[in-house]
Amino acid sequence: MSEAVASPLASSTALSLVPKAVGVQSMKDFKSDQEVRWCPGCGDYAILAAVQSFMPELGLARENVVFVSGIGCSSRFPYYMNTYGMHSIHGRAPAIATGLAASRRDLSVWVVTGDGDALSIGGNHLIHALRRNVNLKILLFNNRIYGLTKGQYSPTSEVGKITKSTPMGSLDAPFNPLSLAIGAEASFVARTIDSDRKHLQSVLRAAAAHEGTALVEIYQNCNIFNDGAFDVLKDKSTAESALIRLEHGAPIRFGPEGAARGVVRDPRTGDLAVVDVTPENEADLLVHDAHSPSPTHAFALSRLTDGTAFGAGAATPMGVFRDVARPVYETDMAEQLESAVTRQGQGDLAKLLAGNDTWTVVG
Amino acid sequence: MTSQVSSPINEEHEGPAPSLGAPVGALGEQRTSGKQTRRLDRVIIRFAGDSGDGMQLTGDRFTSETASFGNDLSTLPNFPAEIRAPAGTLPGVSSFQLHFADHDILTPGDAPDVLVAMNPAALKANLADVPRGGEIIVNTDEFTKRAMAKVGYGANPLEDGSLEAYAVHPVPLTTLTLEALKDSGLARKDAERAKNMFALGLLSWMYHRPTEGTESFLRKKFAKKPDIAEANVAAFRAGWNFGETTEDFAVSYEVAPATSAFPAGTYRNISGNLALAYGLIASSSRSGLPLFLGSYPITPASDILHELSRHKNFGVRTFQAEDEIAAIGAALGAAFGGSLAVTTTSGPGVALKSETIGLAVSLELPLLVVDIQRGGPSTGMPTKTEQADLLQAMYGRNGEAPVPIVAPATPAECFTAALEAARIAVAYRTPVMLLSDGYLANGSEPWRVPDVDELPDLHVEFASGPNHTAADGTETFWPYLRDPETLARPWAVPGTPGLEHRIGGIEKQDGTGNISYDPANHDFMVRTRQAKIDGITVPDIEVDDPSGAARTLVLGWGSTYGPITAAVRRIRREGGLVAQAHLRHLNPFPANLGSVLAGYDKVLVPEMNLGQLAHLIRAKYLVDARSYTQVTGLPFKAEQLAQAIAKENADV
Repeated sequence: MSEAVASPLASSTALSLVPKAVGVQSMKDFKSDQEVRWCPGCGDYAILAAVQSFMPELGLARENVVFVSGIGCSSRFPYYMNTYGMHSIHGRAPAIATGLAASRRDLSVWVVTGDGDALSIGGNHLIHALRRNVNLKILLFNNRIYGLTKGQYSPTSEVGKITKSTPMGSLDAPFNPLSLAIGAEASFVARTIDSDRKHLQSVLRAAAAHEGTALVEIYQNCNIFNDGAFDVLKDKSTAESALIRLEHGAPIRFGPEGAARGVVRDPRTGDLAVVDVTPENEADLLVHDAHSPSPTHAFALSRLTDGTAFGAGAATPMGVFRDVARPVYETDMAEQLESAVTRQGQGDLAKLLAGNDTWTVVG
Repeated sequence: MTSQVSSPINEEHEGPAPSLGAPVGALGEQRTSGKQTRRLDRVIIRFAGDSGDGMQLTGDRFTSETASFGNDLSTLPNFPAEIRAPAGTLPGVSSFQLHFADHDILTPGDAPDVLVAMNPAALKANLADVPRGGEIIVNTDEFTKRAMAKVGYGANPLEDGSLEAYAVHPVPLTTLTLEALKDSGLARKDAERAKNMFALGLLSWMYHRPTEGTESFLRKKFAKKPDIAEANVAAFRAGWNFGETTEDFAVSYEVAPATSAFPAGTYRNISGNLALAYGLIASSSRSGLPLFLGSYPITPASDILHELSRHKNFGVRTFQAEDEIAAIGAALGAAFGGSLAVTTTSGPGVALKSETIGLAVSLELPLLVVDIQRGGPSTGMPTKTEQADLLQAMYGRNGEAPVPIVAPATPAECFTAALEAARIAVAYRTPVMLLSDGYLANGSEPWRVPDVDELPDLHVEFASGPNHTAADGTETFWPYLRDPETLARPWAVPGTPGLEHRIGGIEKQDGTGNISYDPANHDFMVRTRQAKIDGITVPDIEVDDPSGAARTLVLGWGSTYGPITAAVRRIRREGGLVAQAHLRHLNPFPANLGSVLAGYDKVLVPEMNLGQLAHLIRAKYLVDARSYTQVTGLPFKAEQLAQAIAKENADV
């Protein structure tokens, strides 16, 4: 038996109540015996592998990790994790996970959901989990299509999307998931992509260390019904000028050598704009501050793309947009329970049942 | 027979009572001997006024006084869904009926002996229920031309002779209250609000109620506003003194404590929702499982959420969710984690929760779904009672999704019903429906406070190790390996090493719990889940048939118990024969129900729906059960049911 690995993550406040693993864990420990049944080539495989190989880094007792999902392709995820898991019903995973996390602070609770599950049928539960700041890590697989029901447009599909249910093009304006989350008072918001394991795991690391709800949007390719939706961000020739890697404390710049671009704030409107970096404007580049108490900065960054048009001069930020400390729901709930005992004393059932107003009948 | 007597069983002792003790309380000494006291065996009082007049509070206080005096009692609050309907209108009338007696009683009473009408609307809305000869106390100050016109009185009913058949006591309640409080320094508007306490004081005098409780209640309630507290106490005392001194009230009445009606013990008054909340806390305590309530506010269930929120020192977690679906979802998540999980709602909420109840059926996790039924369909009548969710509870889900159903018969029985629902949920790993209703929820009755040690032991064992040996000899955990007797699956909570497993709403393979679309396995699993519910052990139904010669059986469930029992007593008093049985378990039915039904020529099923239990009985037992139904939003009256039974008997 080897010594427990002292993971810096495991000792973070967010995970302090979760029992630690004894011995070294490997990716294999987190693979269940179930056959993975996604379509060959699905982006979900890459995300599953990234999560399975990341989990040992947390150093948590496997039995104290729970994955909860809703319905959709991504929601099969818990079956493939050798932890506790629940594959529930469409859209309700954040609600179910809230009850579990609120009643069991010794668990590390993860929610796996998709764009239809989280933003359409389950939109209400998502925004309320975010505002409450329950200690959940929500992985939102966004492929911008309904896969399991065979290819209808989703709430993140671009306007005019031709699908089986929209032969003349979809009419609804899409959600920008990160703008929505920030508007719902999310304390942690990040974006990553299925094909970049290193980046994906760096975001998972930050999410795991965050106390409260973490929303991680993962761009995920559905090679059957919406293939290539994120190619611009994946193709080396285009990605460099289309993708912004956010780093806390660093000026926001991207693009190839010699054609550097950056993000500045228009002093008149307060909006952000992408500009070519010149010696004159270099000092004006916006410095990324993920810990800014005000959501304005993160929100403005989330508006750089509407999440549907990635090419043609648009730039898509990736990484941690927002990571701020806010009261955590179940911590406060536990404190209320403790303070109730302090104030009223441990509950006495006989006293409760009798109340203050009794009379006696003598037999 | 005086106006106080509405039933032949009433006895009355005319003339000065030989040895009437002074009523308990500070005002007792003020009683003079110039007044006549009569002894009654039971009285029905109805307080009625505007929604903002504080009639529910007045009724609650009179109930508390009556309970602590030791009468048996039964109450019927009746109020509009609007918080403050337009003042002085018929839809805005709120009332509280209280029946109290020196013997055991079962209903809030068919018709009030005394009506307290705080305004013309209250008089108009309630007059039809008062039998001729009944006493009516009216607040004459509110009988202005405008107020009367508002409810369609062309002439003043207090003057036009239309109330000749009643014993009317015109009392300027508002003026008297203001006069009593003229030195209080309160603004007129605030002083006027105490008029309900004046009325309560008057009625407390009339019926020799103890007064200490109300005075200390008022001082506690308005602890932060001592001037308001003292004003209310002063109005209350002024009302009492008014009864004592004015000549209009020549007689007061005494209803002796119902000592012989109750077995020895300590008693308190309790409403259905309070009893239910206490039952949940007791279930948590007796099972050793922390209580988790996921709930969304809905009438008439919200009081359970309120009550449980006050008892965090019992380790109770209450979660007010964003909607009904999240409420049950969070509860189910907590159940997975090993809590005693509960969701409380009413019919519309059950409809929204249906899919999650189905998930709980599939996951086979313990979960209590409490439905305080109200008038439907849709929003229906939120503050009125009904029993029309039985079939929804029984069948309202997709697929074959059987759920056990428990239904209390009286307000106090909501306590034991909660424990029974918890027993079934925990022992069989299943969601359980607990069907109460608005009448039980808000009605109250005396309750013998149970000894904690005599409550059932609900202790449960979580799975702690492997339960299956694979062909190669490895020890594994199968989440769907069943207990051969109960067919319950193991409850393995996260945090238990070695039992990591996945559950879900997709059909699973028997034993392993792995996803399975195998036709034979699905057929087996559907039948097994049904067999588990069918096999739940529930107590036999008891039949009350003293003569053993009755040919008609009255079968009821839920809150109709009171009126049915009162009706059955009436029939028997008049020499009629009738048997009575009342179901507390509607799924599964008691094992002896079939043979009980077969023993009678006729089965009459009174229900506050269009015959839902009758439908189930006819389908399962092939008996010609007859429905007697009412969906007025109000409980049955005993007399009405007595007539229905008599008619049935006549046809035998």
